Amino acid sequence: MTPKTRDDVRPQPPEAGGAHQAAQEPAPVPRARRLIELFLLVIAWVIGIGAMCMVDVELAAELDSRIVMAAASLIVGSLIIHVILHVKARYADPFILPVAVALNGIGLAMIYRIDLTTENGVAPSQTAWTAVAMLACAACVWFLKDHRVLRRITYISLAASILLLLLPLTPGLGTEINGARIWISLGGRTFQPGEVAKITLAVFFAGYLSANRDLILLAGRRIGRIRLPRFRDFAPMFVAWLVSIGVLVLQRDLGSAILFFGLFLAMIYLATNNLTWVVIGLLLVLVGGIFAYTTMSHVTLRIDSWLGAFEPEVYNQEFGGSGQIVQGLFGLASGGLFGRGLGAGRPDLVAFSNSDMIITSIGEELGLLGLGAILMLFLVLVSRGLRAALGTPDAFGKLLGAGLSAVLVLQLFVVVGGVTRLIPLTGLTTPFMSAGGSSLLANWVIVGLLLAISHSARSPRVVGEESPEEGAGGGSAPTPSSLPAADDPGATAAISRLGAGRREESAPSPSSEGGRS
Amino acid sequence: MASELTVTLLRFGFLALLWVFVFVILAAQRRDLGINQILRFNSLPGRGRRGAAQSTASGQQKQAPSAPQRPGQLVIVDGPESGTTIRLGDTPVLLGRAQDCTLTLHDDYCSGHHARLFPQGSRWFLEDLGSTNGTFVHGERLSRATLVEPGTPFSVGRTVMELRA
Repeated sequence: MTPKTRDDVRPQPPEAGGAHQAAQEPAPVPRARRLIELFLLVIAWVIGIGAMCMVDVELAAELDSRIVMAAASLIVGSLIIHVILHVKARYADPFILPVAVALNGIGLAMIYRIDLTTENGVAPSQTAWTAVAMLACAACVWFLKDHRVLRRITYISLAASILLLLLPLTPGLGTEINGARIWISLGGRTFQPGEVAKITLAVFFAGYLSANRDLILLAGRRIGRIRLPRFRDFAPMFVAWLVSIGVLVLQRDLGSAILFFGLFLAMIYLATNNLTWVVIGLLLVLVGGIFAYTTMSHVTLRIDSWLGAFEPEVYNQEFGGSGQIVQGLFGLASGGLFGRGLGAGRPDLVAFSNSDMIITSIGEELGLLGLGAILMLFLVLVSRGLRAALGTPDAFGKLLGAGLSAVLVLQLFVVVGGVTRLIPLTGLTTPFMSAGGSSLLANWVIVGLLLAISHSARSPRVVGEESPEEGAGGGSAPTPSSLPAADDPGATAAISRLGAGRREESAPSPSSEGGRS
Repeated sequence: MASELTVTLLRFGFLALLWVFVFVILAAQRRDLGINQILRFNSLPGRGRRGAAQSTASGQQKQAPSAPQRPGQLVIVDGPESGTTIRLGDTPVLLGRAQDCTLTLHDDYCSGHHARLFPQGSRWFLEDLGSTNGTFVHGERLSRATLVEPGTPFSVGRTVMELRA
């Protein structure tokens, strides 16, 4: 039986109106709101540069070149993006850019502050990377007038992701740092291609799922309440998943593996609005986790130092002990509610305090209140990304926007959960804050893509389009679960043919084998 | 040398500034998040403006809400398979040349997975799936999901279809 003539009908969920509900939400005449962006940008500059000055007031008074350079690159970079938004994407979301600038500024300040008390010298290179990353974001907005062009490179981005993930494994190019082989070094500089791969993977998932989700959902064998997709519909997804997980296990980078798998699950859920996939995925994680714990030494180490962090033998272990986590926790504790003040804590006691553990360094110096504000900023950033996904009219944009937001939030969860001992600590970077150029670059490109998507979401519609269920859904904010999957395909087709007698005899015609164009 | 007091003031001032930033953003978002939006639409003349903009954008669309009953038939009006009638259910319909589509079109100008038609409330929306030759309503190539009124012909490849009640 072909999928076309199935006759089991599941009723459409009543709240499925989320997609086009967004169309009614913008005020009658959409406003560009670039002015409020500029205003918020000024506050963001004050936050970032103020933080750097407060670290050491005397150094700041002497106009330390590091501060001047950082301030210049923050201000000039964000002004360039702001102006480009004015010209190219007037209706882009006004909150995304200032939040990203503020987070980047605080991160720079923290890295500079840690440079002062340790022999690290990362601040200048981080400043340079900030400038490069902001220019990349600006280029993204400039050239990407319409995010839908990315849909054309669906399969190219799958290939690119595979290539990027395999790069560190090539002998001669790949470099192993701290036990994980995820870097490539070119002319003395290191780069983490996996950071870029998370964007290309999101593009691939969005492109593939927006075109094929009906197939994945509707065609295939049914077992109980779950409908298994046919393998050939699912194969490219499977390849993407297998490569990202397989390569990351080979490269021994647990954090990225969790990130990619989380992205995969989030995208599947967003596209199909079907919780069974998430449940199956989480079960797979559990099985995989137990397997990895028993067979792979570095995973065993991570989990042991998570569960038994305060046991002396784990703490004092020479390599991979829990000293880092516990020192980070002590740092957070000594920060208390209001923090020690910038420049007054001891983040130098924690290993990798400017990259993996930057959250605890911030928590120590700004306290619970400061860290809370920073988490709020991340929340705002992610919610604006989801808002853009809600508002944009095409399925690809919805999936891409929500997927990129999912990347940000997953990464943040893995990092903050890790340093606060909620989940095992894995080496991921905090978006916009950690020292590390590739991560900064990737996150600014994500910002650029979100800005482009939000422009299409908020700009006035040229084509006359009525929003369905007007007034019925009202202003009630749709739940994230119904966001991009809102033009919900969550049921099977119930179509019976009336005048299609000749259809049957022409079933295996060669033209129908043609690939999707 | 900055005094102890200044340092403390700066410390707390910075925390306050962070939260001010957060709250300014949240306050500025209030409009966008649609709080009190229904009230405003019903009581202010903004609605009229919106309606005017809509009717100029496409003269054919009516202001009055369309029939509560969703169109239940898809008729192929022109093209290789003209005359075919398909009854629509509650579920999206995938149009294209590939065998796995809900409605397989034997039209060489179609892409494998060309377009999808999905129900939303009492109406059907048409969305192009990145086809080569495009999907057209009123001679305009679709760039986003668009409402399809019953009786309005739309073309997929060389096939022209329309919805009927």
